[in-house]
Amino acid sequence: MEKHVELNRIGLALTDYKGKPSTLCPGCGHNAISNQIQAAVWELGIAPEKVMKISGIGCSSKSANYFLDRSFGFNGLHGRMPTLATGACFGDPSIKILGISGDGDTASIGMGHFKHVIRRNVPMVYIIENNGCYGLTKGQFSATSDQGLRLKHQGVNILPPLDLCMEALISGAPFVARTFSGDVKQMKQLIKAALSQNGVAVIDVISPCVTFNNRDEALQSYSWGREHEAPIQDIAHFRSREEIQLENFAEGSYREVQLQDGSYLVLKKIDKDYDPTDLHAALDLLTESYKYHYFATGLIYFSGVPPTIQEKYDLPEEPLNRLTKDRLRPSRESLEAINATLY
Amino acid sequence: MLDSTQKLLQGDERIVNEVCVAICTVNGSGSATANSILYRSLFRMGILTSGKNIFPSNIKGLPTWFVIRASARGYTGRIAHDDVVVAMNSATIHKDVTYLQDGGVLFYADHLEKPEIKDKEVIVYPMPIKTLMKQVDAPRNLQTYMENMLYVGIVGQVLRIPEEILKATIEHQFQSKPTVAESNFNIVKLGFQYALENLEKKDHFYLEQLPELSDYILTDGNNAGALGALYGGLQFCGWYPITPATSLVESAIDQVDKLRKDPQTGKNTCVILQVEDELAAAGATLGAGWAGLRAMTATSGPGLSLMTENIGLAYFTEAPMVIWNVQRVGPSTGLPTRTAQGDLSMIYTLGHGDTQHVILIPGTVTECFEFGWRSLDIAEKYQTPIFVLSDLDLGMNTWVTKRFEYPNQPIERGKIIWEEKLEEFKDWGRYKDLDGDGIPYRTVIGNLSPKAAYFARGTGHDEYGNYSEDPENWSDMLGRIGRKLEGVVKDLPGPVIRRSKVEADIGIIGMGSTHDAMIEAQDILAEKGVNADYMRVRALPANSAVREFIASHARNYVVELNRDGQLEQILSLEVSEYSEKLISISVIGGLPLTAAWTAESILAKEKKGGKTR
Repeated sequence: MEKHVELNRIGLALTDYKGKPSTLCPGCGHNAISNQIQAAVWELGIAPEKVMKISGIGCSSKSANYFLDRSFGFNGLHGRMPTLATGACFGDPSIKILGISGDGDTASIGMGHFKHVIRRNVPMVYIIENNGCYGLTKGQFSATSDQGLRLKHQGVNILPPLDLCMEALISGAPFVARTFSGDVKQMKQLIKAALSQNGVAVIDVISPCVTFNNRDEALQSYSWGREHEAPIQDIAHFRSREEIQLENFAEGSYREVQLQDGSYLVLKKIDKDYDPTDLHAALDLLTESYKYHYFATGLIYFSGVPPTIQEKYDLPEEPLNRLTKDRLRPSRESLEAINATLY
Repeated sequence: MLDSTQKLLQGDERIVNEVCVAICTVNGSGSATANSILYRSLFRMGILTSGKNIFPSNIKGLPTWFVIRASARGYTGRIAHDDVVVAMNSATIHKDVTYLQDGGVLFYADHLEKPEIKDKEVIVYPMPIKTLMKQVDAPRNLQTYMENMLYVGIVGQVLRIPEEILKATIEHQFQSKPTVAESNFNIVKLGFQYALENLEKKDHFYLEQLPELSDYILTDGNNAGALGALYGGLQFCGWYPITPATSLVESAIDQVDKLRKDPQTGKNTCVILQVEDELAAAGATLGAGWAGLRAMTATSGPGLSLMTENIGLAYFTEAPMVIWNVQRVGPSTGLPTRTAQGDLSMIYTLGHGDTQHVILIPGTVTECFEFGWRSLDIAEKYQTPIFVLSDLDLGMNTWVTKRFEYPNQPIERGKIIWEEKLEEFKDWGRYKDLDGDGIPYRTVIGNLSPKAAYFARGTGHDEYGNYSEDPENWSDMLGRIGRKLEGVVKDLPGPVIRRSKVEADIGIIGMGSTHDAMIEAQDILAEKGVNADYMRVRALPANSAVREFIASHARNYVVELNRDGQLEQILSLEVSEYSEKLISISVIGGLPLTAAWTAESILAKEKKGGKTR
C-alpha cells in the first residue's frame, strides 16, 4: 500500500522543505528552530523558491543550510547578515527573506547592522538563535550571557546582558517576539505570523547550547527555560478568518490580529491583560521579566507595518533583477543632452 | 623652459593663452563660484585650461587655493610656480607671493597688508575691494561672496577676458535664476570697469579667444563616473559618505530620477541607498550583486579598509560588484582633501588569503565615464569585484575633457541563467566550470526552478556550493578562480602609448590623473635631448602591450604619486623578466604631479647613467 504523504496547498510535501543534514551537536536548540522553520514555511504553503536564507557566522548561521534546500542561501560574514539582506531585498521583492543570526552575530559584532536594518525596515524575518555563548569557538561569554554566569574556560561573567528584544523595540521594529527552543508549538506560530508580515520581524529564540551553556542555572538552558517560561499569550495562526477555531476561547479572552497577507493571529490571554500593541507595556514586560527572573515569551510587540525600504523606492512590479537590458540603459539622445549642458 | 613662462619679457611682448593663475581665498567664503566663472570663461574662449582646487579638510575659515592653468599648447598639468597671484587672504598673502617669478603678476585686495617682494620683478595691481563694495547694495551675509565677484571683473579685464564672455558664463551658471545672474554680473562689471579705467596694463599675459572647443565638455571625474554607471545599467549603489568619493554618489543621486525611470512603467530602476558604514555599504552592494543586480559602491582609502572583508567574500563567492576608490592621501585618515595614488598595492590583493583583483585606472574624465559602464560589464562577465581607481584630482576637479561617448557595446550580463536555460544543463553546479574558461553559470534569487538554488558561502565549498574541507577541492576551487581571472585581461582597456617623435630607448610610465603632466614631461625631456616613449597603464593585471612596451625600452621610469613606487613594484612582479628595466620615480605630498619635477627627476637619474636600482 502506498504511504500517504501529506501535501500543502501548493502540492509540496514537508520533505520538499528539508535542508542538508545538521552538523550541530545532538540536542542543539538550533535544530528545533530549523525544524520549525521548515514546518512553518510548509504549512503556509510558501514555495521554497520564494524564500532566501541569509546568515552570518556561528553555529546559528551554519544552520541556514539545514532547512529549505530549495531556497537560495548566503552564509556571509560575522555580524554582516543584515547588510547582505539589505542589498539582496531589491533583487526581487517577492522573495521572503529569512535572516538567521545568533547572539554573538547580532548582539556583539553586528549590533549596528541589526539596529539599522530595523530602522530601514528591510522586510525580513530576523531570527536570533540566542544561546548566550559562543559555541563555534567553544564556549566564550556573549553579550546576552547573564551576569554571574559561570562557564568552564571563562570563569564568571562580570557584565550584564543585553536584551535583543529591547534593542529591536527601541530601534522601531514593528514585530518583536521571544520564544524558546523548548516550546516549539509557540515558536512555529510566531514564525508563521512573522512570515505573514511584510516588514522586519524580529524573533529572539532562546536556544540552548547543550555543549557549553546548558547548566540548570543558566538563563539560556533548557531546564531554566522550562521552569521559568511564562508565555504572555497562547498563539495560533490561521490562514483566514473562516479557519479560526474559537471553541477553546472564552468570549473576551482573546484578540485577533490581522496580518498583511490577510491571515490572522489569535492571541489568547493567559493571566493578565497584556496589550502587544503598547510599546511601553512591551518595554515594561522585558524590564520586569529580567528583574524578577521569569522568561516572558510570545508576541511582545506588534504595530502597523511602516512602508518597507523597497516601497520607498517606487520600483516596477517586475523584479529589478529580471529587467531587460533595454530598460537599464538611458537613450543616446539623453547623453547628447547631458554633453550639451557641460560647459 | 621647464615651466611655461619664466623669462622676463620686455615692452609690449605678449604671452598669449599661457598663464597660471592662483586665486588665494578663505574657504567657505563663496569663492568657488567666482573661481568657476573665471575658469569657465576661459573654456568659453576656446582655451585649453585646467582648474585645480587645493582645499583644506574644513568647512569655513581656512586657506584655499584655486589654480587655473591656461595653455595654448594644451599642457594642463599642475605647475609649481604661479604667473598670477590673486591674493584675497591675509593669512597666506606673504607666502602666496613667493610662488611668483620674475615677470609675475600680483593682484591683491588693498585692505590687506601689502607683501614684500624680494629679488624679483613683479607687476602689482592693488584691488580696492572694500572701497568698491561701498557702491554695492549687498546684504550683509553676502558681502564676502560679492567681494569675490569683484576680483573676477578686475582680473578678467586685466587678462583681457571679454566682458560679454564673463556675462555669458554668469548667465549659464545661474541659468535658472536670472535676477541672481544679473546682480552677480553687475558686481563683476563694477570690477571690470574699475580695472578698465584705473589699471594700466603692465604685464605680458593675454588671453585671446580661439575657435570653440566643440569636441570638449567641462566636468569632473566623479560626475563622469556616476553617469557612466547610470548608462551602464547600475541598479544598486550602497554607500557611505567619504571625501573625495561622496560627490560621485551625489552626482548619481542628482541624475538618477531623470535618467533611470523604466521606459515601460515610469518606475525607478536604480536604487541608491546610504547605509550605516562602509561595512554595510560593501555588504549591501555585494548582496545586490549576488541577487542579480548591477551593483556598485564608491569610497576612498579608509572606507576601503572597512570594505575589505566583504570584498574578500565577493571574490570567493564569485559575486559581481564594482568598487570605485577615489583616492586621497593615506595611511590612516591622512590628508582627506589631497590627492594620491597610494592605494594601488592595497587593492591589488585586497583581503586575506589568496586574492587577486582587477583594477581599471581612468586617466581622463572621459575615461571615468567609459570605465563607469565598462566596469559593470566586466564584473558580471567574470563574477568578481572590479575596482575603478580614480583620485581626488581627477574626481573632484573640473576638467576640460572629450565629450562622453555613448557605450559602443550592449550591456553584458555574463552567464546569468534563468529557468529555461537551466533546463538545458544535465548537471549544473553553481561553481562548475562547464565551458573551460573558469567562469561558471550563475543563478540568482527569483529563479523558480527547483534546481536553481544554491548556498553561497565564504567557507570551503565544492562545485555545487556544498561545504567542503577537502584539500584537493579547495585547491581546485581557488585554482579555477585564478584561471578565470587570467581570461579577464583581454577585456581590460590596454595602455595608452604616446610615442616619441624619434626612436627612443627610454620609456616613461604613469597611470591615472598624472596624464597631462606626463605628456608635458615627455615633451620637456625631448627638448632636453632625452627622447622617451610614454605609456599610461589603464588596467591591472597588465596585458601584453604593457609587457612589450617595457621590454622594448632600455629603461622605464615609472612615475606615480605615492612613497613606495607601488605601480613599479607591481609591474616588477607582473613583468618580472624585465624588472631590471624598471625605475621608480615617486612623490607624495598631496598635490598633483608636475611635469617639471618629473622631467628633472628623470634627467637626474639619466645623468647618473640611468642605473635602475
